Amino acid sequence: MPAVSKGDGMRGLAVFISDIRNCKSKEAEIKRINKELANIRSKFKGDKALDGYSKKKYVCKLLFIFLLGHDIDFGHMEAVNLLSSNKYTEKQIGYLFISVLVNSNSELIRLINNGIKNDLSSRNPTFMCLALHCIANVGSREMAEAFAGEIPRILVAGDTMDSVKQSAALCLLRLYKTSPDLVLMGEWTSRVVHLLNDQHMGVVTAAISLITCLSQKNPDEFKTCVSLAVSRLSRIVSSASTDLQDYTYYFVPAPWLSCKLLRLLQCYPPPEDGAVKGRLVECLETILNKAQEPPKSKKVQHSNAKNAILFEAIALIIHYDSEPNLLVRACNQLGQFLQHRETNLRYLALESMCTLASSEFSHEAVKTHIETVINALKTERDVSVRQRAADLLYAMCDRSNAKQIVAEMLSYLETADYSIREEMVLKVAILAEKYAVDYSWYVDTILNLIRIAGDYVSEEVWYRVIQIVINRDDVQGYAAKTVFEALQAPACHENMVKVGGYILGEFGNLIAGDPRSSPLVQFNLLHSKFHLCSVPTRALLLSAYIKFINLFPETKSTIQEVLRSDSQIRNSDVELQQRAVEYLKLSSIASTDVLATVLEEMPPFPERESSILAKLKKKKGPGAVSSTEQEDGKREGGELNGGGERGADSTIAASNASTPSPSADLLGLRSSGPVSAAPPSAGSLLVDVFSEAGPAAPAAAVNDDGFLRDLEPPTESSDSLLAEGPGDSDSAPPSVVSEDPAPPMPQSDELLHKFVCKSNGVLFENQLLQIGVKSEYRQNLGRMYLFYGNKTSVQFVSFSTSVTYTGELQSQLNVQTKPVEPLVEGGAQVQQVINIECLTDFSDAPLLNIKFRYGGALQNLTLKLPVTVNKFFQPTEMVSHDFFQRWKQLSQPQQEAQKIFKASHGMDKEVLKGKLLGLGMALLENVDPNPENFVCAGVIQTKAQQVGCLLRLEPNAQAQSGEQMYRLTLRSSKDTVSKRLCDLLAEQF
Amino acid sequence: MRFMLLFSRQGKLRLQKWYTATAERDKKKMVRELMQVVLARKPKMCSFLEWRDLKIVYKRYASLYFCCAVEEQDNELITLEVIHRFVELLDKYFGSVCELDIIFNFEKAYFILDEFLMGGEIQDTSKKSVLKAIEQADLLQEVYDYF
Repeated sequence: MPAVSKGDGMRGLAVFISDIRNCKSKEAEIKRINKELANIRSKFKGDKALDGYSKKKYVCKLLFIFLLGHDIDFGHMEAVNLLSSNKYTEKQIGYLFISVLVNSNSELIRLINNGIKNDLSSRNPTFMCLALHCIANVGSREMAEAFAGEIPRILVAGDTMDSVKQSAALCLLRLYKTSPDLVLMGEWTSRVVHLLNDQHMGVVTAAISLITCLSQKNPDEFKTCVSLAVSRLSRIVSSASTDLQDYTYYFVPAPWLSCKLLRLLQCYPPPEDGAVKGRLVECLETILNKAQEPPKSKKVQHSNAKNAILFEAIALIIHYDSEPNLLVRACNQLGQFLQHRETNLRYLALESMCTLASSEFSHEAVKTHIETVINALKTERDVSVRQRAADLLYAMCDRSNAKQIVAEMLSYLETADYSIREEMVLKVAILAEKYAVDYSWYVDTILNLIRIAGDYVSEEVWYRVIQIVINRDDVQGYAAKTVFEALQAPACHENMVKVGGYILGEFGNLIAGDPRSSPLVQFNLLHSKFHLCSVPTRALLLSAYIKFINLFPETKSTIQEVLRSDSQIRNSDVELQQRAVEYLKLSSIASTDVLATVLEEMPPFPERESSILAKLKKKKGPGAVSSTEQEDGKREGGELNGGGERGADSTIAASNASTPSPSADLLGLRSSGPVSAAPPSAGSLLVDVFSEAGPAAPAAAVNDDGFLRDLEPPTESSDSLLAEGPGDSDSAPPSVVSEDPAPPMPQSDELLHKFVCKSNGVLFENQLLQIGVKSEYRQNLGRMYLFYGNKTSVQFVSFSTSVTYTGELQSQLNVQTKPVEPLVEGGAQVQQVINIECLTDFSDAPLLNIKFRYGGALQNLTLKLPVTVNKFFQPTEMVSHDFFQRWKQLSQPQQEAQKIFKASHGMDKEVLKGKLLGLGMALLENVDPNPENFVCAGVIQTKAQQVGCLLRLEPNAQAQSGEQMYRLTLRSSKDTVSKRLCDLLAEQF
Repeated sequence: MRFMLLFSRQGKLRLQKWYTATAERDKKKMVRELMQVVLARKPKMCSFLEWRDLKIVYKRYASLYFCCAVEEQDNELITLEVIHRFVELLDKYFGSVCELDIIFNFEKAYFILDEFLMGGEIQDTSKKSVLKAIEQADLLQEVYDYF
């Protein structure tokens, strides 16, 4: 063997590399590299033509620098020049540089392709191989376009050298993978299959990769390869360990080729031809037999190569899933590996057994290894192996061993690695439900889960246990008792409080007979956790309390007192405050009958697939869950598949939710409007649980539940999630009132202007009706809640509202409304949610028309919906310098709008500041040289574009004869925006 | 195979070969992440791990880690032997190969790898065939005067 530093060494390169290695610091290295880059650049640019060797050396240095992680932006041309050198090493370095560094610089690609073309047609096999390597390494579309036709010809030509055939096969494979449309099937395909018979093992090895890939995509066209592959495999398997000379690897004949043949066969069903099939089964048996033979070498390479074939054979046996005998033998073989001293083999055996567990023929055989697998879960030192063991336990679980497996997984969970806890929790929850015979065991298991790994228990898990408890009467008493006991623990997880609150709220009466768990004891226990919990949990507890009032009238005064306390009724969180106020009111004004109806026990949930399973699948990808479970999922009417989709409405809800946590959003607590949780607590609790399947499920779910609407007093608006249900179509359509909408009221503009700088307040009020507004905006999306209050004691009938926007506005805004209930009881309020999307900037406002009959007389009024373009402002902070620079950039006359006007509201500085902040722009301090002036900056977010805006407001307290005047200047990149903002704002000060 | 990396115990990348088009920035990120994961593993641990949507097969030879990323359904054990065969080829060519050989003759290491694997698939498993190709190249070598 030649020594390394033979002839070709490029001394300059070696010197450079050792210089770099001697650099003490990163800075020194960069300095040295920059010096070298400068040197190379000057050489390349110099007048003196470089000889091939120098060019090669410098290109090689550049490559080295690039591989160190530095950017290289020159030298490509020189590398391309090297391609046309007739010296092999120069050509080789040129190709290497291109392989590593080429980008989609199209001009260069053309030159490179030229070089490749020359070499391909050179008939010099070494050059041809270099060119083919380059194509395979780059694999770009341009190359595929240029060579996808040529390479198949080279591959099957009779006079092509073996080494070139090998390269051509793999080169074609690469092009087929990147641009399958450019590799056209043709006459060559049948000849490619016959390469499986080639005498040269190297050619077969290379060709089979290509054939496997082609077969996967076009199985019919290549199916003749099955019998060829079987006979080739059979010849290898039956050959003595020395027959194949250089293709024998540590006494194993052709392990790579064997594996690839077995892999190719996995693209097809079992051979139909009996003789072929018999021969194949024989091969598989021989491979299994060989596993039992004493090793021919102690080297790990020998056993690895041998076992690689074995595992591939087992994979084929599992793929066929039709030979019980082979499946059981495979399982036994893997069973031996489970206790092998090689960690790698244990890992692979666990992994492979997972798929065996789902075959009906081998499921029982896999189960016999349960003790070993449990032991692996406990003792393996490598977390990836433990993970495999947990997967296998999950796969082998059935009714017979569920209790044991769940218990083992639970106890493992106490010490499990953080990285796999969440998944373990999901698996335990799924198994516990799937194989629960008595549901008290199920409840115990889930509560244990929460106790052991509460942080990893996702919402799906606790929603599910509640669904099941509600649907099964036989377990409700037990569940109440168990959660009551679990809550006794001094420190219990918040998820436990949630489950506890919900279950006691529903079924606390079942254990109230025992003085140790009397209603007050239950309430005090729950309430002792209240202050430790987050807002959503508190909200849930408040609902549990109101349910208590219904279940146990004796707790009414205690609970009312709690609701009445400042910490509830004046809670800064609007949701909590609202629940407190409304529950308090409900409990004090509703009669016992009404209360009992409103707060009735939850009806059963419709049966449906556990969303936990969906979550596990999503987490692990399709491969993680056995195929039978996936079948189950499909049968569930695609509910799972929709799991990731969210409707437009929910997207807005999500983007508007003030809490970043998506779970809070799913709960529907934060994003639903303040009235959403109004009296029908049952309804809102129900929504809490319904949202468990994510936004995909509710539509269908709500549809099933006719009882939902029965539960709700007719005057109450539905929660946003419920309103999406198709069931709403049975409420009176708005068209009941046929009269045309009234023209906008005279004061509608004034009312609109009231909301330019604020988002909440009363939009309109007369003797009959009050309309309140609450709105929130994020980016180009907004959600507005309108509250229609009936101020009279007589109901409004045929109540309907509509939002219209005509002309230009139609292309500027997208407004979606949800219908409101047609009846508004006297003294009641209904809510309407309006979603607004700003497509581009706009000047007009949509019209809101309200019609209803009050004592027979039609009321018809039209207002302007208080949405103005400034609502979509995103504040932008900037310093003085930037501000004025941008100010100057926006100096074209149409970009500016200016107004000078009299102050109509005084000039209190704080009031002004408040208004400017309400406008939505950033109020910039210390920017304007005159401290009396105000400047603001912001960007209006529309779907089509973002419009940057700058504002300057100059108060002048003693203008002409002491009158207070303002000068307002708006500059923005869009004239319509400047103008509209200026108009709007001039009304504000 | 998606890519192969050689890196040292100290986390220095010595060789990288990508078999699917990957942006430079992603490459750097993946290399950094993967080195961290692999270097943190203890000696007796198994040679396979799941990483992103790939399977990583790695083995340590002296100071160097050889690390391959393969597809989910690929055969782990045979990939380990791909690594070993590559090490054997380097060893045979350089004569008892060490990290320095690969640093100073990085282009040779790439040539050898190219002869062995192409587009991520094995081109030839015969040691003789691969080395013959490399030797041929060396025979075509001209000796230059050093500057």
